[in-house]
Amino acid sequence: MRNLGWLRVPFIFTYAFLYIPIAVLVVMSFNASKSPFVWTGFSTQWYTALFNNELIRQGFINTMIVAVGATILATILGTLLAIGVSRYFRSAIVEAYSLAPAIIPDLVLAIGLLAFFALVGVTLSLFSVLLAHVVFGMAFVAAVVIARIGQTDSSLEEASRDLGAGVVTTFRKITLPSLAPAIIAGALLVFTLSLDEFVIAYFTNGPTTPTLPIVIYSMVRFGVTPEINALAALLLLVSFTIVISAQRITRLTDAV
Amino acid sequence: MTLDSTNAPLLRVSSVSKAYGDVVALDDVNIEIQQNEFFALLGPSGCGKTTLLRSIAGFEDPDAGAITILGAGSGTGSGPGEGGQIDLLSLPPNKRPVNLMFQSYALFPHMNVRKNIAYGLEREGLGKDEIAERVNEVLITTGLTDKADVRPAQLSGGQRQRVALARAIVKRPRLLLLDEPLSALDRKVRAEMQIELKRLQHEVGITFVVVTHDQEEAMSMADRIAVMHEGRVQQIADPVTLYSQPANVFVADFIGTGSLLHGIVANAVLLLRPEAVHISAEMAGAQLHGEVVETHFFGGSSTTSVRVAEMETLIVASHPGAPKFAVGERVGISWNADDAILLEDQP
Repeated sequence: MRNLGWLRVPFIFTYAFLYIPIAVLVVMSFNASKSPFVWTGFSTQWYTALFNNELIRQGFINTMIVAVGATILATILGTLLAIGVSRYFRSAIVEAYSLAPAIIPDLVLAIGLLAFFALVGVTLSLFSVLLAHVVFGMAFVAAVVIARIGQTDSSLEEASRDLGAGVVTTFRKITLPSLAPAIIAGALLVFTLSLDEFVIAYFTNGPTTPTLPIVIYSMVRFGVTPEINALAALLLLVSFTIVISAQRITRLTDAV
Repeated sequence: MTLDSTNAPLLRVSSVSKAYGDVVALDDVNIEIQQNEFFALLGPSGCGKTTLLRSIAGFEDPDAGAITILGAGSGTGSGPGEGGQIDLLSLPPNKRPVNLMFQSYALFPHMNVRKNIAYGLEREGLGKDEIAERVNEVLITTGLTDKADVRPAQLSGGQRQRVALARAIVKRPRLLLLDEPLSALDRKVRAEMQIELKRLQHEVGITFVVVTHDQEEAMSMADRIAVMHEGRVQQIADPVTLYSQPANVFVADFIGTGSLLHGIVANAVLLLRPEAVHISAEMAGAQLHGEVVETHFFGGSSTTSVRVAEMETLIVASHPGAPKFAVGERVGISWNADDAILLEDQP
């Protein structure tokens, strides 16, 4: 590593700024005291309390339904979108519009979707949240896959055809495997984004099926409890695991 | 090569044309390629040679004309129409008894060398044992046996080219098309692979059609060459004929080096190859006089460039040994009438 010189100072400050709050949160989740500000001893009681909290458990199940469903749908649709846009349109404008849901503000997307669901008469429920997450998730998957298609040799598919494979076999044996790292990375990205998405879920959800971020939000309005700290620490663990495994997978398959 | 095989035509390209909007890529192209021939499509970039190759393989659809495999001989290739004529343009790329080696090699990155080579045979639905046997055979022919379980990313440029070649010839096509097969290799490996390609072509007995923009490459490998320019075939001939009897100014200029002189013979262009030009201090009896402007020494031989007053083109002479004249010296230029080539002056 190169010597940073005086740049070391802002570097350390930036990292401290980023990670001290997270570290405090994780440490406090093991605090025996109910006060989030005073350390009185080590305890895992808040984790136990967390697992016994019916609201949180239901919120977690709802979130998983949305995240898993949205990931599957967004991955399939996003991959097809990416292939279509880069194979058949070759237009920068079409490509930009297909990626827009990933860029436009959540609030705008949320209000737009709410209006749309009202217009076509979709009852707000977990299903409408799932559809809403598919909308932006698809754009993220498409963005990652389009980048990958740009790097792959377009003659691979022609070579497959030349060697006697039909269109379907070529897609299954050549196109999909060569895009697999990007598809997996995109899927994991959608999963983590959906897991803690608040704004869109808040707008498009029905009243009886809150997702985990909405549950947390309503709990925090009455003050941050150590239980919330424990929950946040767990979410952190899940996100880190997914991000690191996504990197591993892309690196492993890229090294071929 | 047997007499029989040289006389049997294998592929006929007749009156093929193709345009992209206003750009004409192929303009009434007619070519006949013989069995077991090493044929080259030569021309500058944009001359249509790659479009023609891709039309034969099935990745471009000509606007007009026909491309036919003629059934003569006992080709080992599989596919429809064995023994009779095959209208290539009516078949999708995966049903044509021809294979294309791509310029980028297009090796499948997620498969090892053995899997890459076996891919085409698996598509034919052959049995496992037969596939393994044929793959092993071709691994030996191309010297890749110890690389069989390696992925393409771990191979050198020359090795990748061999895999691409192995993957195509294992299919035993009637015709193997090669798109700029050597352009991705560095100079030294390229020279080795030229010899290697030639050897393999003899060994496997497959007709090769190579696309290249490199005239030296085409001249040293091919039995016959079609020189293309602006979508048209300019001349089809063996390398020696192309060099000594070019059909027009374009071919004369593109193949080899030489000085194209206007105005010496009425309504014609005179082509002087460097080895046909004699220069001497003797002015009497020389056809032209000029001043030496440049000399190059290549070790075994050298070239001398001479400027003749009121002539745009320099006249280049080559001769064995070191340069005989210094820059600035006045020399006389002469040549045998038999060695000069007369070409029609094109508008």
